[in-house]
Amino acid sequence: MKRWKLFLPLAFFLILCVLLYKGLFLENKTELPSALLNNPLPTFQLTTLGNPEQTVTREDVTGEVFLLNVWGSWCPTCRAEHPYLLGLQEQGVRIIGLNYKDDRTEAQQWLRHGGDPYQFNIFDPQGKLGLDLGVYGSPETFLVDKAGVIRYKHVGVVDNRVWQETLKPRYDALQKEAAP
Amino acid sequence: MNPELGLFALILATCLAILQSVAPLFGSYSGRLPWMAAGKWLAAGQFVFVLLSFICLVVAFLTDDFTVSYVANNSNSLLPDIYKLTATWAGHEGSLLLWILTLAGWGMMVSVRCDKLPPELSARVLSVLGMVSVGFLLFILVTSNPFARILPFPPQDGADLNPLLQDVGMIFHPPVLYMGYVGFAVVFAFAIAALLGGQLDSAWARWVRPWTTAAWCFLTLGISLGSWWAYYELGWGGWWFWDPVENASLMPWLAGTALMHSLAVTEKRGLFKSWTLLLAIATFSLSLFGTFLVRSGVLTSVHAFASDPERGMFILAYLMVVVGASLALFAVRAPQMGSRITFSLLSRETLLLVNNILLAVSCATVLLGTMFPLLVDALDLGMISVGPPYFNALFVPQVLLLGLALGIGILLNWKSGSFSKLLHQVRWIALVSALGGVAFALFYAERFIVSEALAMAVVLWLVLTAGRDILDKTRNARQKMSFMASLQKLPASYLGMHLAHLGLALTIIGAAMTSGYSLQRDLRMSPGDTAWLGQYQFRFDGVTQMQGPNYVTNIGIITILDDQQQPIAVLQPEKRVYSVRGMPMTEAGIDPGLTRDLYVALGEPLGDDSWAVRLHVKPYVRLIWLGSIFMALGGLLAVCDKRYRIRLKKNKTNLKPGIALGGQV
Repeated sequence: MKRWKLFLPLAFFLILCVLLYKGLFLENKTELPSALLNNPLPTFQLTTLGNPEQTVTREDVTGEVFLLNVWGSWCPTCRAEHPYLLGLQEQGVRIIGLNYKDDRTEAQQWLRHGGDPYQFNIFDPQGKLGLDLGVYGSPETFLVDKAGVIRYKHVGVVDNRVWQETLKPRYDALQKEAAP
Repeated sequence: MNPELGLFALILATCLAILQSVAPLFGSYSGRLPWMAAGKWLAAGQFVFVLLSFICLVVAFLTDDFTVSYVANNSNSLLPDIYKLTATWAGHEGSLLLWILTLAGWGMMVSVRCDKLPPELSARVLSVLGMVSVGFLLFILVTSNPFARILPFPPQDGADLNPLLQDVGMIFHPPVLYMGYVGFAVVFAFAIAALLGGQLDSAWARWVRPWTTAAWCFLTLGISLGSWWAYYELGWGGWWFWDPVENASLMPWLAGTALMHSLAVTEKRGLFKSWTLLLAIATFSLSLFGTFLVRSGVLTSVHAFASDPERGMFILAYLMVVVGASLALFAVRAPQMGSRITFSLLSRETLLLVNNILLAVSCATVLLGTMFPLLVDALDLGMISVGPPYFNALFVPQVLLLGLALGIGILLNWKSGSFSKLLHQVRWIALVSALGGVAFALFYAERFIVSEALAMAVVLWLVLTAGRDILDKTRNARQKMSFMASLQKLPASYLGMHLAHLGLALTIIGAAMTSGYSLQRDLRMSPGDTAWLGQYQFRFDGVTQMQGPNYVTNIGIITILDDQQQPIAVLQPEKRVYSVRGMPMTEAGIDPGLTRDLYVALGEPLGDDSWAVRLHVKPYVRLIWLGSIFMALGGLLAVCDKRYRIRLKKNKTNLKPGIALGGQV
């Protein structure tokens, strides 16, 4: 065997380490990339999950403060988050779902079975809106203000701690802002 | 006082581990026997102090010491005692301590069994194990002290254990899994010692094989326990989710399986030496890598512990040192390990090489799928998510190819096989397998599924070739004695091999049948409603509310009847709400059976006493786990082979048969 070939595993490992190192700091992905922060929600034209005939656009969702929750029935972590969202809905928090890269029937089944915390769901099977939003992976939750501007983004599960410590204070503050 | 004692013991253990990583190694280069022998006592001392520290943490949990922040975050006074015990390893800090305890335990076992090794080798092995330990001990002391106190104002009561973890699975899954993960540290240490000494012979391979197989058995059981737990506890009816953390345990398993097979070649034929060493390093590195994934929060997962970049940095630095140094050592020293033995293209060696390549490729497939979202993200190429379709499309064909190679491999001879003999052996088997697979898929269900036909053909192929091999091997003996008696004449490791391969066949059946022929319905049911699923009728008999020790539960009652209206089972799926965290939990109701599981999960109340209910019929799903039990038993049988024990008898005076696995290794 050529000697240099024996260094290949080491080289491969070092590349992996660089990746992991970058990954560690990407992990502060609860912070939104500055490009999208305080920018308006991208425009889109998609159907709702419940009804393939009904189109929904940016204008249909904006106007009030809401959480845009990116999820998919294929995503175990989203399921872990699901019960908590149901609790938030009961407290009157407005949550709109972005059903991301999913199968319509499976997603509908899952909501029927696990409960539906969403006011309605935007169905995004190709991940178009997800791409515009810069979705890393599900679940992600965007906080959008009354003017339709993205004010905050949380990556990962929304649980009691995340809600109480980061999302709720911002959500409450945005509620008090005057409508445009 | 107790937590401080625990911390103190941990600091002492760290000191001993540092000595253990330096003294024997120094002794091995300067030829000082007492220094080399010190490794043994240091390893034992390290284990004792880590154990003491672990016991202190357990005591803190059992006595509800909520001044300890880790206890306060993971326990509650209402928690049943058994879960107070398991809560010890429910969070990052405690599970890390369990990891360290397991590592120290393996180190202790090595030190007990190492008298028969050349002193330099055993000294270096213990030193390397000491170094691995030092890293983890510093990690826990610097970033994750489980004994940190909340003073002067401790909480009145704890935040409770995550309800998902309040389950019997939590008792066994983590310790068994860790035994597997960490067990590969032993073969890793042997590999490094061989590279340091520049010597690797078949005696070395014979030392290492039982350790590797034992670790592999634990990992196999650990993974399948996790899969079984997810199946009944998460209530989604799935058994494998390609979740990053599941992948993190599968990767060392795949590499470890390759290692076991490569070691066989190294022992029997003195070949594949560099490859074996590389696999030994890779297997343990992947275990460490899994730790990094779970504890750094790089990837989001249901398993992830609270993420913390500081911890991530520490493990990454540790990975760099351990894996980087090992691979560098490998690159420099491996050329000395070359062998000049040849083998023909059609031989067991070639087929084992194919096995290794397939396993390595499937391991790389899983690695790529797990890391890809991160890779694309880091390179700013956009956002991509990798889901089960990717893994199923790539992983499943690799497993089937592996099955094909396996059937040929066991029939071939070492060194050089005969093509005409092979053809004679397999022509009928190949035909029967192919026809059998097609016939099965045609007649089992109305719809013909190609992948099911392929899977069943591979299963038949596996079983029939194994049967053929056993018949060939017992041919002479059978003329004098019964078949069973002639089986007992065969070496235990040979029988273990076939048992484990049979386990693989069972697991393939289970996975194929479950993914191809499962039935599922989501329904709204009111009391008295019935629904058909396959040949089973499910009757919903309403929901009653009950109070558990630390939760309130709604228990649904569902009676299952067969087509003659005879009751088969009454299932009681639950929807629990745990009081402290206010967290809802689903407990599935399952009627298990070898040929099918009837699986019911209770969804949300829909008003008017009606509930969302999910019904599943899962054919042969049990075989998935039964198969892995067979694999582990096969491994155990191989570990018990006389071949490894004959050498032990010479040193009988030094043996302590009471030490867990020691009696058999």
